[in-house]
Amino acid sequence: MSNSTATRPGMRQRPLSPHLQVYRLIPTMVMSIVHRITGAALYVGTLLVAWWLIAAATSESYFEFVNGLYGSWFGRLVLFGYTWALLHHMLGGLRHLVWDTGTAMGKETSTKLAWATIAGSVTLTVLVWIAGYMARGG
Amino acid sequence: MSDMRTPLAKVRGLGSAKDGTDTFWRQRLTAIANIPLLLFFVGLLIALNGAGYDEVRATLGNPFVSLVLVLVLVSGLVHMRIGMKEIIEDYIHDEGIKIALVVLNTFFAFAIGVACVFALLKIAFGG
Repeated sequence: MSNSTATRPGMRQRPLSPHLQVYRLIPTMVMSIVHRITGAALYVGTLLVAWWLIAAATSESYFEFVNGLYGSWFGRLVLFGYTWALLHHMLGGLRHLVWDTGTAMGKETSTKLAWATIAGSVTLTVLVWIAGYMARGG
Repeated sequence: MSDMRTPLAKVRGLGSAKDGTDTFWRQRLTAIANIPLLLFFVGLLIALNGAGYDEVRATLGNPFVSLVLVLVLVSGLVHMRIGMKEIIEDYIHDEGIKIALVVLNTFFAFAIGVACVFALLKIAFGG
């Protein structure tokens, strides 16, 4: 940033192109941003996976401790969010793989896909958790 | 003089960074692999919900589960390392901080991978 010709001291102020904030939010744009945020969240979330595996490899008491944290209301909230981030990123990624073939890039189609991504990820997350609770009960 | 590139460079098609479309391709390859692999992981967690220490260890120690989980880790970590590198390069403009974060990004991915694989092997070999 500091080396940019637009901000270097002594340079004449040059007009900058319009940036993010001048645009009205549209579904495809929001899904693009959310795809990146969920990707970053999944990155940090690998710590949860690592901690769980290490706990299982350590001892019964340590595993019960970590399992207890993950099973608390806060732990479940985080894991619910983690499930959604994974499924959302997966559906968003599928969309990108479709776009890689050069299809479904039209305005109407991509907007429909954006809505399908969010609707699909929320639905699948709820289904995964229902399945999880059914497994627990059975 | 319209094109300064040598014929060899043109044939190789690797561009100035010398790795061509490798990163682009690897990100697609791991994306495709991640779909079945992570669905398996989600299914495993559903099945293990509410399970105790012994059951979790018996499941994780199963050779098939163990091997697939290693694939989940490798494919997932390669994919997320590329993704985070791209995020860093997009938003961090200071050259020194950028390089430091790109290095830390690689360290993080390897640390998580080595720790998880070691834990899985320890369980699998009954340690």
